[in-house]
Amino acid sequence: MISFRVDGRSGVPPYLQIVQQVRQALRMGVLDVGDQLPTVREVVAAVAVNPNTVLKAYRDLEREGLVEARAGQGTFVRKRPPGPPPGTHSRLGRSLARWVRDARDAGLDDESMESLLRITLRADSGSEQIA
Amino acid sequence: MSAAIETRELSKRYRRVSALTDCTVTVPEGRVSALVGPNGAGKTTLLRMLAGLASPTSGTASVLGGMPRQDPAFLAEIGYLAQEIPLYRRFTAEDHIRIGAHLNPHWDASLVRTRLKELRIPLDQRVGTLSGGQRAQVALALTLAKRPRLLLLDEPVAALDPLARRNFLATLTSAMADAEGTLTVVLSSHLITDLERVCDHLILLAGSRVQICGDIDMLLAEHKVLIGPRKDTGPVERAHTVVHAVTTARQSTLLVRLGGPVTDPAYQAEDVSLEELVLAYMGADEANADKHLMAVGEDS
Repeated sequence: MISFRVDGRSGVPPYLQIVQQVRQALRMGVLDVGDQLPTVREVVAAVAVNPNTVLKAYRDLEREGLVEARAGQGTFVRKRPPGPPPGTHSRLGRSLARWVRDARDAGLDDESMESLLRITLRADSGSEQIA
Repeated sequence: MSAAIETRELSKRYRRVSALTDCTVTVPEGRVSALVGPNGAGKTTLLRMLAGLASPTSGTASVLGGMPRQDPAFLAEIGYLAQEIPLYRRFTAEDHIRIGAHLNPHWDASLVRTRLKELRIPLDQRVGTLSGGQRAQVALALTLAKRPRLLLLDEPVAALDPLARRNFLATLTSAMADAEGTLTVVLSSHLITDLERVCDHLILLAGSRVQICGDIDMLLAEHKVLIGPRKDTGPVERAHTVVHAVTTARQSTLLVRLGGPVTDPAYQAEDVSLEELVLAYMGADEANADKHLMAVGEDS
């Protein structure tokens, strides 16, 4: 069983925070196929969010095919999310480190790099939505 | 889904002062509605009229399908918690549970006892000697013992510390989960971060009038902040509704309700947060809004 954190100030909607934490737990192997997610009652008692928020998160995960609701029993993990093979994170991390060195040499501070990354991510996800 | 609350041009005047003017709102069943606005905007007046404690000067209200009135059948389904947390300070929680059993037809005494035991609140101690947070929990548990279909909560957490507030809200959300979509809540508060966690519907009052009302996710999707160079805002104002504008010598920051897609490439369109949206509608005057809205970073 996992527990959720909901940060009211992160700017990420609470339901999405729950979705992301389940996906992350699956990627990290904290949750595995067949494991049960906390019930809506358990989540709201622990983190004081609207029950509809938890239901919405679980429905999203169900639509993705990651979990399934079993009548009268609860919500269970069906499969792990499709993800890059092991080693991908470290490989990308190394190339990002090279980029950070380049940027620092060019005179960018952390804040400029962060905002550049945010803008690039947003522009990229924007073009994906159009395509 | 049917509406738990539906008002039409509901108004309340005290002599020459308008406490609420032409209030038309709908709250669907099973939602938690945040009732927000500056002090004196009419929040308490609206809640009291919905609870049947005050009668409108004009307009109509339908609450759980009936007209609010002082009648046991209507009141049995409504839980109303006034701002000052009305408890008999010299009585214990157990005394209150017994009094409630006499006054209410569907009274779940074991529900209150279980909840208060879970929270380790003594049943045999005068409530006047409990902490503010414990008293609020006792009052909420008693209100829930009626098994209401509608809860009207008037700033119940305003005086509580962050931990007591979190516990209070957890009791509230647990009750909602237990009710499985049959409990509707209207919660007035100035604490936007709390409301963001718990509420999925918004009613915003300012100057005795409804400024916006609806599903929070939809309202956020309908609004954007447009940031661009200072120039003639005429075209933007024709395409969208400008709610709030901040203009400096070079830059315009406009919070708009979208009338369509943003086409002018000079503007960068950003998503709005609930706090920005509430502040924008509460008044163009930031200093004034600050007085009423506690800063997000103030606690926890």
